[in-house]
Amino acid sequence: MTDIATPNAFVAPDPASTAHATGISDPKMTARNVNVFYGAKQAINDVSIDVDMDNVTAFIGPSGCGKSTFLRTLNRMNDTVASARVSGEIRLDGEDIYASDMDVVQLRARVGMVFQKPNPFPKSIFENVAYGPRIHGLAAAKSELDAIVEKSLRRAGLWDEVKDRLSDSGTALSGGQQQRLCIARAIAVDPEVILMDEPCSALDPIATAKIEELIHELRGRYAMVIVTHNMQQAARVSQKTAFFHLGHLVEYGDTSDIFTNPREERTKDYITGRYG
Amino acid sequence: MSSTALLFLVLGLGLMAWIAARTRAAAFADGGPRGGATRHSLPMYHGWYVALWAVLPALLFLGVWSAVTPGLINGAVLATPEAAALPAFGMERTAILVEARQLATGQLPGAFNPQAQALAPAFEAEIGKYRLIGTVLALVLAFAGGAYAFTRIRPDFRARTRVERLVMAVLLGASLIAILTTIGIVASLLFESIRFFSFVSPSEFLFGTQWSPQTAIRADQVGSSGAFGAIPLFWGTIFIGAIIAMLVAIPLGLMSAIYLTQYAAPNVRKWMKPILEVLAGVPTVVYGYFAALTVAPAVRDLGVSIGISSASSESALAAGLVMGVMIIPFVSSMADDSIAAVPSAMRDGSYAMGATSSETIRKVLLPAALPGVVGGVMLAVSRAIGETMIVVMAAGLAANLTANPFASVTTVTTQIVQLLTGDQEFDSAKTLAAFALGLVLFIVTLLLNIVALRVVKKYREAYE
Repeated sequence: MTDIATPNAFVAPDPASTAHATGISDPKMTARNVNVFYGAKQAINDVSIDVDMDNVTAFIGPSGCGKSTFLRTLNRMNDTVASARVSGEIRLDGEDIYASDMDVVQLRARVGMVFQKPNPFPKSIFENVAYGPRIHGLAAAKSELDAIVEKSLRRAGLWDEVKDRLSDSGTALSGGQQQRLCIARAIAVDPEVILMDEPCSALDPIATAKIEELIHELRGRYAMVIVTHNMQQAARVSQKTAFFHLGHLVEYGDTSDIFTNPREERTKDYITGRYG
Repeated sequence: MSSTALLFLVLGLGLMAWIAARTRAAAFADGGPRGGATRHSLPMYHGWYVALWAVLPALLFLGVWSAVTPGLINGAVLATPEAAALPAFGMERTAILVEARQLATGQLPGAFNPQAQALAPAFEAEIGKYRLIGTVLALVLAFAGGAYAFTRIRPDFRARTRVERLVMAVLLGASLIAILTTIGIVASLLFESIRFFSFVSPSEFLFGTQWSPQTAIRADQVGSSGAFGAIPLFWGTIFIGAIIAMLVAIPLGLMSAIYLTQYAAPNVRKWMKPILEVLAGVPTVVYGYFAALTVAPAVRDLGVSIGISSASSESALAAGLVMGVMIIPFVSSMADDSIAAVPSAMRDGSYAMGATSSETIRKVLLPAALPGVVGGVMLAVSRAIGETMIVVMAAGLAANLTANPFASVTTVTTQIVQLLTGDQEFDSAKTLAAFALGLVLFIVTLLLNIVALRVVKKYREAYE
């Protein structure tokens, strides 16, 4: 583990003292020395990283490097995999999310997720967005629910396209619209962090551009982490970039630095397309 | 020579042909490590090719011959002067001919009718003659076929292709037999039903509410005409099979499927699922005992204890409950498949919203799996309404049109059994009614199956 020159010096989990090489002074989430195992196989090796509200963080790296696995530890989606085991420490606003008294339901309401393939529920557009508010009891009356749905769809940039057909099935939308519906669904429970696992990999370039635009608009309102295969996309949408390779965090820093002036040879090789 | 001996003789010839051809083909094999570069088929295939040529034509001929000769023998015997004294038509003439034949073949020790005795020698002569012709022709065919095939054996002869083609033909024939049998069953149901509907009009049968199939022998008897309104039967069938049984099977089956797919630890699932499936393998007659001896008295006592004095020991409830238990594995395995077929992206999506397991199941998985579950339930219903043993043993015979689960009702299958057991005359409406009931049952279950399979298939496509 020590052969990896990680730029992140170990930092005490107290959010007040997390100033370090990445220049993040007020992190939303902090991960320290995180290891993830699937059975006997180690998928993530001693990763430490900070995520904040003002910047979009991109995770890049070749297939199988563990970036999606690491993303899924941030809202404990790996809990659904029986063989997965996580060690190390991940905190949200200073609270250990793997603590035994942490309610996973609450955690996931605070840390939302958008998946690689759009996965709207086979319900109406309205019901898709209303799903989260309903299960968390966020709306007392129908009018409040209507307001939440409208606000979420507006933020996801989908309102004007679907406002006249909210009762149509969510699965009848185009791929790009479905993905924005999934983003609206995630926004509807008013999360603090949104995790996106290759949100554009199943979309065409125009739909991709819309999602990227949306990420720009949502920046600052939510802390956002995006896993992407597409380095141009990482360069376009993110301010911070983390490069993963074989389960290690190789380099983490400002996106502009990573792409123009990588410190690590492996980062440079990946960015210039030598492998990956 | 008896036909058994002839059969063995032909098969023996086939064996000899097999050995001879194989040996000859194996002799080609000396050319190289794989038996010579030009040899097409293994010696074994040459052996089979020749053996089949020796055996099949001869056997086919024997089959046809044994079907044709009785007629020819009868014709020849009737042409003899002794036959002129026979009665011209009818049963007596046939009886005498049959008796004469049995005398000739030694099946009868002595004659009952002197005319038969007179005809016996003629029969004996004709039978001997035809049997000799048959034997000779069969052997000639076996030799000819074998010799023809044997001359065709050459290294480049494609014996394997031909043998494989025959194998395919046999397989095709096997599958056609199943299909033809089904068609035959439908045809027989249909013809008998048409005969029934010449006694009773279809509208009376399908919409009448009185069922009392006992047609009287004397005109002044009560219910002399018989009443064939099948509505009480249809109602009883639906009440037991589609209502009470499903009230038991759907919730229990669905909940066990949910538990097994979503909650059960792998090792719990490993032993629970097979046990549940054992339930599907229990013979229905065992369920029948259970319903009649254990459940029905308990249900009657329960009915009496809550003040229903008319509670019958052949109640709809008892039969329905046990049938429901029988159907649980069907519903649960179909529901299990449908829930497992919902893409895990749906489940992850819901969990990522902070939904709990039960919220995810209720609001996402079950709605998404619903078409598959509905298909499974329809298959279960079609199984339940066609089920016979449980209702024969536990449900009643009284064709009541009632919604009281403690009362006795009867079902289509029970009535079919009643109508057809024992000695029955096949020209009365009473017996033929069984076929009309069978036809209705067949059509209903067929439609249910078709719709259910459509639903399930369409649902599968939606996610692939």
